[in-house]
Amino acid sequence: MEAILFFLAALGALGGAVGVVAMRNPFYGVLALIVHLFSLAVLFLLLSSAFVAAAQVVVYAGAVMVLYVFVVAYVGGDAEPAFDPIPGQRFLAPLMGAALFIELSIAVLGSSLAALGTEGPDVGAGFGNPAAIGKLLLEDFLLAFEASSILLLLAAVGAVVLASRREEDAS
Amino acid sequence: MNIEWYIVLSSLLFAVGAMGILVRRSPIVILLCLELMLNAGNLALVAFSRMVGNQEGQVFAIVVMVVAACEVVIGLGLIVAIFRRKLPLDVDELRELRG
Repeated sequence: MEAILFFLAALGALGGAVGVVAMRNPFYGVLALIVHLFSLAVLFLLLSSAFVAAAQVVVYAGAVMVLYVFVVAYVGGDAEPAFDPIPGQRFLAPLMGAALFIELSIAVLGSSLAALGTEGPDVGAGFGNPAAIGKLLLEDFLLAFEASSILLLLAAVGAVVLASRREEDAS
Repeated sequence: MNIEWYIVLSSLLFAVGAMGILVRRSPIVILLCLELMLNAGNLALVAFSRMVGNQEGQVFAIVVMVVAACEVVIGLGLIVAIFRRKLPLDVDELRELRG
């Protein structure tokens, strides 16, 4: 059962990723990314991390993707021209991607991490639930938590400054 | 499922994202491919956290999500600013900073 669910979610994640790269219209690319993110949330649940899965659906598939849809609708999802400015780019890039994948796989599977071939230790029902993660965030990782909140504030201010209508281009 | 499967899937997703950044020229799609790579990293973090049986990796994944959200907000703000100035939305055309 778990294996079937894993392969279904892996297929969804991979299909979504390939869709993002292959779709000519950015609007369809955004929709493919939503499929990808939901499949990843299923994978996170399989890894017994409920809070990360919930955050993935709420923050990513919800908020961030709505932002993308708005911007794509605003700038108009023009399909990019098929004209290729760098010769051989469309042939060399998949080659480089395959080389990167093989390299990463060799690096990970060739490492002497004995636990890689296992399903991990038995963890209780409370592993990765909101209570446990919240306790970690507010006790052990308080500095990182506060720093990321300041980062979010800076990003919000920066986006307002960047996207605001200035006097000179109001004409 | 063994943890290996998750790690191999995550490196596959990362490679697809990296390939997308090399192939595509629309800045919106390049941002989407960046999301793919960040999510592949997240999957590896959560998988390793399950492998060790320690929840701290999941906190890392959440911080990565926050950073990704910030990056999206700034990137989309830049795209809107480029569009307002009627510049082409194509990373090969926007190369004034190239040496």
